[in-house]
Amino acid sequence: MTNKTDAQQALTLGDRVQADRVHTSLYTDPAIFEQEMDKVFSSTWVWVAHASEIPEAGSYKNTYIGLQPVIVVRDRKQKVHVLLNRCRHRAATVCEGKKGKTNSFVCPYHGWSYSLDGALRGVPHPESYADQLEKGELGLVSLRVEEYAGMIFATMKNDIEPLVDYLGPAKKWMDLFMKQGGGYPIKVAGEHRFRFPGNWKIQLENTTDAYHFPLVHKSFLSSVDKQTEEMLDFVTGSGYVEDLGNGHSVMVMIPQLVDLEENLDAPIPARFAELADELRAEKYSEEEVRRIVRAVGGSGFNLNIFPNIACSMAFFRVLQPVAVNETEIHHAVITMDGGPQAANQARLRLHEHFQGPMGFGTPDDSEAWERVQKGASSGKDLWIMLNRGLAGEKPTPDGRVSDVSAETGMRAAYQQWKKLMTA
Amino acid sequence: MNTELITQVAAFIWQEADMLDHGEYAQWLESWTADGLYIVPIDPEQTDFANTLNYAYDNAEMREKRVARLGSGESISTSPVPRTVRDVSRFRVLANDGTNVSVRCAQNLREFRKDVLKHYTADVSFELVRSGTSFLIHRKVVRLINSTDTLQGIGYIL
Repeated sequence: MTNKTDAQQALTLGDRVQADRVHTSLYTDPAIFEQEMDKVFSSTWVWVAHASEIPEAGSYKNTYIGLQPVIVVRDRKQKVHVLLNRCRHRAATVCEGKKGKTNSFVCPYHGWSYSLDGALRGVPHPESYADQLEKGELGLVSLRVEEYAGMIFATMKNDIEPLVDYLGPAKKWMDLFMKQGGGYPIKVAGEHRFRFPGNWKIQLENTTDAYHFPLVHKSFLSSVDKQTEEMLDFVTGSGYVEDLGNGHSVMVMIPQLVDLEENLDAPIPARFAELADELRAEKYSEEEVRRIVRAVGGSGFNLNIFPNIACSMAFFRVLQPVAVNETEIHHAVITMDGGPQAANQARLRLHEHFQGPMGFGTPDDSEAWERVQKGASSGKDLWIMLNRGLAGEKPTPDGRVSDVSAETGMRAAYQQWKKLMTA
Repeated sequence: MNTELITQVAAFIWQEADMLDHGEYAQWLESWTADGLYIVPIDPEQTDFANTLNYAYDNAEMREKRVARLGSGESISTSPVPRTVRDVSRFRVLANDGTNVSVRCAQNLREFRKDVLKHYTADVSFELVRSGTSFLIHRKVVRLINSTDTLQGIGYIL
């Protein structure tokens, strides 16, 4: 006895992603979720950390690739390793806590100890193994790791393309995004973590969804000054969404804020006038003041990198699937490492204003996504419509482009999903 | 032990709790000094709130905006409005110079909204300033015991 309808059974996974729509079961079917953990998260490059989160030898961060706990750690020679967080003896995790610093990883169960590169260093009372323990083969499982623009990715697959090829045209947007350091290196300085009862792809879609902004974030828009409100009124503006290939896409909401090192002579927005004066009083040159102030508000675009990371205006959005109907999100705040305290405080306050469980934006997004999941349990044979902006889509050197509120980015992500799931 | 002072600060803090549970935000906004700060930190050990990321770090302007948002009907996460009941107890006066009083207390809050009952426990610190026969809040820091966990939307004032 199955609870699937005849129509659903007749659809292959590939059938469930059409050019202009995807099947509702992509949000609701636990069997599809299970396959995603293998065919998506264990088969492509997955973002695990920003380099600033593990600044020194011995710095580590615990995270997940799909549902598998991994440790991201910097060894004594500054090399970054991504290790499965599982003792090779009887599987206990060898590292706990979100971030920290250590000299080694010691399993709390029987005391097997591993060095920062994952090698098995020693086991207590080895005599019982009669010298037959193959220590060289029992290190923590170490994954392939590559880095671009400070963004560290890992993959369970040794035979896929290099990270830079996977990122492709997304790389130039990553470079642009990092300019919000305002001349200083970018630093992740904490994060808001929250969960919502819904599928991870609902959140993935949202990062290139300009269409919802004026409606869902009306209460946020009511809380900002007129100039900012006008800047954020981008749905009818000249912005665009571009498919960058491999499931990546960029949504340019505020075209004049694509390159933060350009237009430094433009008038300083009223909301940053006080900050500019504070920086001038601290003897920063006019050029530095303008560069820093322009960078404080973040970039005018969201870059969605498939499957789990986005460079979203002024923060990193990290997506962590938990179950078919449960997703964890981290919004990591970005500061200017070594930059002026006043500018960094401004960035922290801007982040708190919109993000987090008490922010003026995130809770409303979360409510909308929760309602998508709830609604998706009704009419299981229906489709999620993703045809907005399809009519006006045009080819570009990097992919395809359409208007700012087009669902082009979502279509790009689902085509990559289809490619991986049907491989 | 100065039980008279504890009675005074408890009466003030209970009144604040009652205002928040009953949505009397206009009066709540008047309970603060002009430079007062309402802070909900993430890191329970943190003391440098200005230079770290918090859930809320509200000066007078942000408190007014927060209150305006809660009552605006523009936010889908706060309509319907969550219902809350909070108990505040375990008052301890940490410092008192006759004008400024530092108080620490425990807060247990229950929230109900859309079929879900939630529970938030917090250690709350107040820095109060005497004002006539009562006090004004100079600083309120709400340290949720699960602040480092993943939270869901909190559509009211803790």
